Amino acid sequence: MANDDVWILGIHMTKFGKHPDLDVVDLAAEAAMGALDDGGVGIKDMGVMAAGCLMMASAGIGQQLQKQIGQTGIPVYNVANACATGATALRTVIMAVRAGECDMGLAVGVEKLSGAGLLSGGSRKSDDDTWTRHGRYGAVAPIDGRIGTETMPGVFAQIGMEYGHKYGGTSFELFARISEKNHSHSTLNPLASYSKAMSLEQIMGDMMIAYPNTRPMCSANCDGAAAAVIVSDAKLRTLDPDQRRRAVKVSASVLTSDPWEESCQVLPDVNTLTRNAAKLAYEQAGVGPEDLDLVELHDCFATAELVHYDNLMLCPVGGAVDFFESGATWRDGSKPVNVSGGLESKGHPIAATGIANVWEVAHHLRGEAGARQIEGATVGLAHVIGLGSACGIHILEKAAG
Amino acid sequence: MKRPMNAEGIKLSDQITLVDYLELGDDPHLVANECRACGAKFFDRRNACASCGKTEFHRVRVASGGEVRAFTIVSFAAPGVPVPFVAALVDCDGTSVRANLINVEADPDHVSLGMKVRLATYSLGEDSNGTEAIGFGFEPQEAHDNGK
Repeated sequence: MANDDVWILGIHMTKFGKHPDLDVVDLAAEAAMGALDDGGVGIKDMGVMAAGCLMMASAGIGQQLQKQIGQTGIPVYNVANACATGATALRTVIMAVRAGECDMGLAVGVEKLSGAGLLSGGSRKSDDDTWTRHGRYGAVAPIDGRIGTETMPGVFAQIGMEYGHKYGGTSFELFARISEKNHSHSTLNPLASYSKAMSLEQIMGDMMIAYPNTRPMCSANCDGAAAAVIVSDAKLRTLDPDQRRRAVKVSASVLTSDPWEESCQVLPDVNTLTRNAAKLAYEQAGVGPEDLDLVELHDCFATAELVHYDNLMLCPVGGAVDFFESGATWRDGSKPVNVSGGLESKGHPIAATGIANVWEVAHHLRGEAGARQIEGATVGLAHVIGLGSACGIHILEKAAG
Repeated sequence: MKRPMNAEGIKLSDQITLVDYLELGDDPHLVANECRACGAKFFDRRNACASCGKTEFHRVRVASGGEVRAFTIVSFAAPGVPVPFVAALVDCDGTSVRANLINVEADPDHVSLGMKVRLATYSLGEDSNGTEAIGFGFEPQEAHDNGK
């Protein structure tokens, strides 16, 4: 009997990296058509589309895509939610299918970021000729660099350091070793932006961006797209056995924003909303962190990965350093994290990330992850954080039987 | 704005604070907008309280001494931002403050988590009218005390 479960029927990600000859619509089209093909369906089967491209948030990327791959008149939701844009697009389609508005829908995320520098705090206005108060702080001059930092490497560096202050055990080397893991993992991922292993010495000796994050400890700006076809349980039952066998169950789909905490408007709090999302996701899915065979989490910086071990409850509260030191999060450990290489090495084409991490997990659950397959994986979790903040979590399960 | 005089009674330049939550005078300090209903503190102009939704606020003084709860040393920033500099989250007796650490070497040997710091001001220079902007940061308490 049908229920309100939803499934990923088809999913695709492009190679992440430099695509100088492709524009965002080319990349989105490759991902969307790839996902439709993977699911054995066509654009005319889709009842809804949600699409995101954060750097072109007002450009109507969904309709631009339709004009290349099929103008079928369906509702299009163009979404923007910082680095959680892809997860937001996916969840928008999941909500529409769950609500019964249609039985299939397409979510797409795409970004062209190759060669981009700092995405926030990358430019600062020069001082005015006269000191005049502007904005909500009544500032007479730009405050980035004068009152802390607006750069993401600097903000997330502080988030990792704050964890270290609270619980101890962190060091430049510890954070660099997290990065070493992810750069090692990506050597098995042909779609990663960077797939060369980096030694601890190389990582620590590379260009310092915002202590303790050196360049390879920061997410890699790159081009890429990812897309997924969502199908209702009732519709899936009418499809071919092979489509049903490869379908991946969406056991939880959660989006949260940051609830008010004392310091959250001073240094963004990426912890509380992630923990809230994780609790809700485990509850929805009826699984616990101990059941997860792999986790793709938002390692936008090496300093961020550490705190999310704790926020996703992969370890006891305050135990993230010991958890990492145990080797658990390496691909041969008890709780493999970012076997794709993560944002630091696979890359972070912003709006694609929240679908590409789902692609990674789905690939393992289908047993199609090739050389980097986590053997026997049946449950996995994909997490993203968009600063501001938004947290998206999807828990996925292998089809039974 | 009060026009400060020096000891000889000679007029000094007008001053303006970098942000309106910095107050000067003999004892420079930060002020926060505190929600009358729940006590949440904010440094920006408010429409309502993000914690409880109420709309009445009053200005309260923020402690000028604090402890570094998090920091980073920014080596790569926008053109025009002098690097390296230390950006920090300072816990001022329960109120979190964002600031640069100043009057300290910007390297990990001189900055540490839990370091005790105190508010300090500095000049951003004068504008075309001769008005001097005053900014703030936090400096190590220890080094300052040793210098006395």
